[in-house]
Amino acid sequence: MKVLVAVKRVIDYNVKVRVKPDNTGVDLANVKMAMNPFCEIAVEEAVRLKEKGVASEIVVVSIGPKTAQEQIRTALALGADRGIHIETDEEVQSLEAAKLLKSVVEKEEPKLVILGKQSIDSDNNQTGQMLAALTGMGQGTFASEVVVEGDKVNVTREVDGGLMTVGLNLPAVVTTDLRLNEPRYASLPNIMKAKKKPLESISPADLGVDIAPRLSTLKVEAPAARQAGIKVADVAELVAKLKNEAKVI
Amino acid sequence: MSILVIAEHDNSSLKQATQSVVTAAKAIGGDVDVLVAGEGCGAVAEAAAKIEGVSKVLVADNAAYGHFLAENLSELVAEAGKGYSHILAAAGTTGKDFLPRVAALLDVAQISDIIRVESEDTFVRPIYAGNAIATVKSSDSIKVITVRPTAFDAAAAEGGSAAVEALDIVKDAGLSTFVGEEKAVSDRPDLASAGIVISGGRGMQNGDNFKMLEQVADVLGAAVGASRAAVDAGFVPNDMQVGQTGKIVAPQLYIAVGISGAIQHLAGMSDSKVIVAINKDEEAPIFQVADYGLVADLFEAVPQLEEELKKVI
Ligand SMILES: Cc1cc2nc3c(=O)[nH]c(=O)nc-3n(C[C@H](O)[C@H](O)[C@H](O)COP(=O)(O)OP(=O)(O)OC[C@H]3O[C@@H](n4cnc5c(N)ncnc54)[C@H](O)[C@@H]3O)c2cc1C
Repeated sequence: MKVLVAVKRVIDYNVKVRVKPDNTGVDLANVKMAMNPFCEIAVEEAVRLKEKGVASEIVVVSIGPKTAQEQIRTALALGADRGIHIETDEEVQSLEAAKLLKSVVEKEEPKLVILGKQSIDSDNNQTGQMLAALTGMGQGTFASEVVVEGDKVNVTREVDGGLMTVGLNLPAVVTTDLRLNEPRYASLPNIMKAKKKPLESISPADLGVDIAPRLSTLKVEAPAARQAGIKVADVAELVAKLKNEAKVI
Repeated sequence: MSILVIAEHDNSSLKQATQSVVTAAKAIGGDVDVLVAGEGCGAVAEAAAKIEGVSKVLVADNAAYGHFLAENLSELVAEAGKGYSHILAAAGTTGKDFLPRVAALLDVAQISDIIRVESEDTFVRPIYAGNAIATVKSSDSIKVITVRPTAFDAAAAEGGSAAVEALDIVKDAGLSTFVGEEKAVSDRPDLASAGIVISGGRGMQNGDNFKMLEQVADVLGAAVGASRAAVDAGFVPNDMQVGQTGKIVAPQLYIAVGISGAIQHLAGMSDSKVIVAINKDEEAPIFQVADYGLVADLFEAVPQLEEELKKVI
């Protein structure tokens, strides 16, 4: 069975994010970029499915500028077989990303598509669900366990009230949550090997998809900073402050 | 303008988040209708009809919606929502699951997790784990939006008398089935809407030690939360995770115990009114957002806290 994994290049999660002084966005100049952590979990899950003999081929796709090829190479080093880069320097929002991925799905016909549940830049949490809707597939979002059996997949989902398991017909879309697995690191030999794996580059126009954004960002501001508090000497002082000063107990 | 709010519920009771979404809808302006989709959800519809400011309640009561499967729910909402200018749901795991699907079916963008309404087409939302706040404007004919419940006061649960109408739309996409669930059972308040939250992190060392926090929670009538590290380590279940990718809370009082204060955790609790941090490392970043910081070993401080609180409560 073929598995398609979508990965996104984002700001590294350890980087302190700074808003640009002109309030047009976040400063990404000379900032460390990396694969979105939820996408790493998606790649790892696909690789494990292949190691179990469930998946036969892993195709990794990324949408973004030329530099997004670094993240595709990372996925190839982790065990994906082949890469597709949809190259654009334009901002691609979730609906348009889903449309681009839909055209890849139509061409590649994977049995399973795995994406991260959200990217840590836009925090949208939309693309997987939209892709599932556009392709008429079932979806297992916020997955903490994925079990493929024949032409079905059972997905256990992290939901507000606990865990919920859904059964989906294949092909299906899965989006990953944090507990699905712990991604491995790429070994040096595998990084070297990844350089020789096939990576095809196409444009949104090649796929016939209009990527003009529907949402325009009017401004981006830094959040209001919390006022610095005080240190208390002991528990008795803490409780007294909460009772008499903050009046919250 | 007319707004359709999709109720969040468990077939027997309405979640308070829905009232916050109604408040967001009222801030947009126009008539506010509520859609209750579920199975055997009559009591929920009645509760929704009483929310102040609701014009009409639509009820789609069918086995296809009993487990809120996104494939079925999204087809229903896409059809029922066509005549509306805005479709809103709470940004919980149910809304996050089905609403983007609705947006895609309607060929419109979704605006996720709004914290403020600027106008009928312009909304404010956090991005980058709350490190930046974006104001976005939509050019779509129907605005599909998830609302962060903690950012809007709950509309009054009583005072309305909306008409309740049955909606005869049955959509079973046949793509998915409900297999099972493991529900967290707790007598404590719901984490997302509790007035007081006490959370533990990796510093708790194991799940048993969370009992210390539960005892404090029971004195305060609080909910218990956790950091990702505590969930990943298996101390406590996933539904207790507070943060960028877990639950967003904004209680009157948030007590962080053995939590360092990573940005991803702060994203979920920094709108709390009063923050207390108990940590043995005085350099821990959590102290930068704490109103009251106590540098102490939690294994000494937490039992003391329970004793001291019992004296005053
Ligand atoms: C994509 C992504 C999403 C994430 N989402 C979330 C999220 O939603 N929520 C979240 O919380 N995190 C999230 N994280 C993880 C986050 O980056 C941190 O790793 C995590 O919050 C750390 O948890 P912690 O503070 O419990 O652990 P640590 O950072 O290890 O801190 C433990 C603290 O306990 C203190 N301590 C230890 N022993 C004691 C003692 N005896 N007495 C007092 N203090 C003690 C230590 O001084 C330390 O400050 C996410 C990370 C990524 C990459």
